[in-house]
Amino acid sequence: MTEPLGASGLILNEKLLWEKGRKGRSGFSMPESDVPSSPLPPDLVGDGPDFPDLSEVDVVRHYTRLSTWNFGVDTGLYPLGSCTMKYNPKTNERQAGLAGFAGGHPLLPESLCQGALRLMAELERFLAEITGMDAVSLQPAAGAHGELAGMLVIHAWFKQKGDFRTKIIIPDTAHGTNPASAALCGYSPVPVRSSAEGILSPETIAAVMDEETAGIMVTNPNTLGLFENHLKAICEIIHARGGLVYADGANMNAVMGIADMGRIGADVLHLNLHKTFSTPHGGGGPGSGPVCVKKHLEPFLPVPRIIQQDSGQYAWSEDFPESIGKLLTFHGHFGVLVRAYSYILSMGGKGLKKASQLAVLNANYLKAQLKDTFHLAYDRPCMHECVFTDRYQQAANVTTLDIAKRLMDYGYHPPTIYFPLVVHGALMMEPTETESMEDLDQYIDALKKIAVEAKETPDVLRSAPTRCKVRRLDETAAARKPCLAG
Amino acid sequence: MKDISELKFPENVRYTKDHEWARLEGDVVVAGISDYAQDQLGDVVYVELPQVQDRFENGEVFGTVESVKAVSELFMPIAGEVIAINATLSDLPERVNSDPYGDGWMIHINPSDPAALETLMTREAYLDMLKG
Amino acid sequence: MITMRFFPHTPEQIQQMLTVVGAESLESLFSGIPEECRRLREMNLPKALSEWALNRHMEDLSAGLAVSPESKIYIGAGRYDHHIPATVSSLKSRSEFLTAYTPYQPEISQGTLQAIYEYQTLAARLMGMDVVTASHYDGATALSEALLMAIRKTRRKRVALSSLIHPFYRRVAQTYLEPAGFEILELPFLENGLTDLSPLEGATDIAALSLQSPNFFGCIEDLKAGGQKAHETGALFVAGFTEALAYGLLKSPGSQGADIVFGEGQSLGIPVTFGGPGLGMLGCTSEHTRNLPGRLIGKAKDMDGKDGFVLTLATREQHIRREKATSNICSNNSHCALTAAMYMASLGKSGFCDLAKLNHDKAAYLRRQFTDAGFRIPFSSPFFNEFVVEFPEGFETTYQRLVEKKIVAGLPLSTFYPELSVQYLFCVTETTSREDMDALIQEVTS
Repeated sequence: MTEPLGASGLILNEKLLWEKGRKGRSGFSMPESDVPSSPLPPDLVGDGPDFPDLSEVDVVRHYTRLSTWNFGVDTGLYPLGSCTMKYNPKTNERQAGLAGFAGGHPLLPESLCQGALRLMAELERFLAEITGMDAVSLQPAAGAHGELAGMLVIHAWFKQKGDFRTKIIIPDTAHGTNPASAALCGYSPVPVRSSAEGILSPETIAAVMDEETAGIMVTNPNTLGLFENHLKAICEIIHARGGLVYADGANMNAVMGIADMGRIGADVLHLNLHKTFSTPHGGGGPGSGPVCVKKHLEPFLPVPRIIQQDSGQYAWSEDFPESIGKLLTFHGHFGVLVRAYSYILSMGGKGLKKASQLAVLNANYLKAQLKDTFHLAYDRPCMHECVFTDRYQQAANVTTLDIAKRLMDYGYHPPTIYFPLVVHGALMMEPTETESMEDLDQYIDALKKIAVEAKETPDVLRSAPTRCKVRRLDETAAARKPCLAG
Repeated sequence: MKDISELKFPENVRYTKDHEWARLEGDVVVAGISDYAQDQLGDVVYVELPQVQDRFENGEVFGTVESVKAVSELFMPIAGEVIAINATLSDLPERVNSDPYGDGWMIHINPSDPAALETLMTREAYLDMLKG
Repeated sequence: MITMRFFPHTPEQIQQMLTVVGAESLESLFSGIPEECRRLREMNLPKALSEWALNRHMEDLSAGLAVSPESKIYIGAGRYDHHIPATVSSLKSRSEFLTAYTPYQPEISQGTLQAIYEYQTLAARLMGMDVVTASHYDGATALSEALLMAIRKTRRKRVALSSLIHPFYRRVAQTYLEPAGFEILELPFLENGLTDLSPLEGATDIAALSLQSPNFFGCIEDLKAGGQKAHETGALFVAGFTEALAYGLLKSPGSQGADIVFGEGQSLGIPVTFGGPGLGMLGCTSEHTRNLPGRLIGKAKDMDGKDGFVLTLATREQHIRREKATSNICSNNSHCALTAAMYMASLGKSGFCDLAKLNHDKAAYLRRQFTDAGFRIPFSSPFFNEFVVEFPEGFETTYQRLVEKKIVAGLPLSTFYPELSVQYLFCVTETTSREDMDALIQEVTS
């Protein structure tokens, strides 16, 4: 294809909801009442919310037009590092929409919801198997929620031993949710630097690990896309001083069927189902962040937990007196769990391993093809993502931000920018395994053209994007005088 | 971001390692953030200031200054009581960028020990620190 | 080996790519991983199912859940069965919304950004607040965040929660507040099914008073009195709900003096889905805006002066503030907020009010049928679409018999309130027919 991917096309403007409609319109089929009217005391009754009245066509046109201003994985490549924007299989949507799954009430008597309980029990087992851990809770609603659960489990374990620790080691490459989650449990972060090779060294950890430190929060592979080769030794150092290891499993897509986080020494780990397990991002969520633990931490998992009775029936149990309690009203994001379960069954063990292998192949392919065009932060074999910088473009005063904005004109969602913080001007790319070689070639081609533009016509980058619904927005003014509702 | 040579560092103020400046005006110490600090932050969108009559030790956090993509804490250059705050910054936070030593001032302090001002960096010492 | 349809790589392409990368095989890409970190055996997972086999398996599992209309389920308690228009199901499934990421690159995300800005606005109008966030996980985590806001603002360490706030919400709040050493004072309930505010008399160390209305028993609380009491003691008033539809009929929490409002928005077009995902709603008056956790979308202008939207006030959030963030939240329930906006847009003001009235009328009908049949209604206060019925000793046998017929006659309250051993919480929505309600009465009286 000689034409670039990004094209111009007619999209329509669309007003705000309350700028549309007419009083008296309706987009809802109101059921007829078959019961008498029952008045409420007038002092309790209000006028109702000031919603606009819209017809069904008004609503359909509105959201259809808005959707055309968006870019999803279904539209094109979304190489966001550490987000694992892989293809979201449509079969998952079909399964999640089945009447029983969509309509089941969470407080049904157990005899009336065995299908759901069985699905969740099996998914727990699958995730334990994939991670090398012993027990799982599907309750946390997102990765950060899973992290909070994990930190609370760690906190509870120490409390039970009468050992009150106040600090936790957090690498400089950590995602922001790590220190935020630790702080919610009262732990102060002890920052440690990664080595020149981009990974943690046992010496650095040994230097800060003591009996006041609860342990370490580590991501593997880390946010630079590098496998933490010394992690087993690091876990031993932590354990030797009575600490625990928390593993952030956001980058699991690189190592399924290959690495064994349990064997490495993780005590607690969370997964992001909306990353590794193909559930859709939905414009920001909902996700799901199951927390997986080793046997010694199982008593602390959130309740209720699923147990299997002698009859083979599944049931809920709250009989876990050391549990950290409840983190969510009900059992977790069941709709997301159905999709992840459906994905695992569609892939099988061999398929998941192949996914990791192809994810790593794709990232290394990008790295090999682009290393002469963009500065590589770490010129070593990478896992499922690789980090470039804007160093070569700085001479022309072109930044990572400009490169990202110009990519949109070429028809791509930009990669992750300015993260991890340890790399100045980071441009982190994670293609995932669902991208074909020719699609990657077209992306590489676009980036090479952008690099040329950066030298010859840098203003084009600085004024990009020009093909989207809007151009760059004044975020300063938006923050100075916030207008958060219409 | 600008080169150090393009930034302003008046002689009549003292500087702290956290990039605050302090200036004695009569009995009162006026404080804010340096031109280097505002340049590093970018467009300031919000300044969180303490209440009048709040007391702080030297080096204690008295507020925060935010740009779109960053937040920095503000550290007391000298111990004392806050006797005035620059209320115009809530409507016009950009003053911190445009006039950091003048209209962008942040607090007036009634210092516990005015002599402590002498221990802060002079312009030359601060420039040395910035140049590394 | 069957070709996996989600992998586009042909064996030839894999070879070509390996050559470019300089690796011999896919396995060799992992040669840097130390032996001690590797799996010792293949993953023990079921063999991959074809799309068709998966369909059959999932249909089997799904059939193992009792749902209406074949089953008659009279439970609400935080998750409500409402009609969902086909338009909402269809529009929310558009892949540009569903498969998009968080709108950090606003130029390419104006669809999500405008839609969520609209959600923020409609939610603010529903709750009577100035600002509403772009969503939280559910009503319980929204309540927890609201309490932490009040604690940060007032610098006090205790909160007063009504015992008629959903029991699971109170447990979640405890999980959030306990590690940081904050205390919860529980307010008992009165005979009329409303909260007893008297323990607050003379209290000076309360950061927030929190009430849920309609409360767990379905009764409508006097929010205005709650607000006054809270403000008298210098506390913030945190009011909330589990059934968003109630505010098509009732005066908004904001109009009754709430400083912060929390709630569950699942009723707004999100299927019951065995309890999740839901929609955590959190709003506040403008003075607390910068203390809000979670994402916020604001208006902005682009370089050409065109109107647009951006994520804003991000300095509160974890990716910037890290350990000093107002919360650790990253992913939220954005797609659920989008769904709720589509639902509110489809109903419109008159539809929303009419539907709320219909819910109340239906519930009132069943409640009247119970009293006419001789059952006691323990709490006399006005209600929305849930109410409690007292049954004679031994009702469990009838209850179980009905469960076997796929009729769930309410939710037994004994696990939540041990003193209420023969009381059951009923919910009726617009989805329940008079016929079914009459049949239920027949069943429980026979």
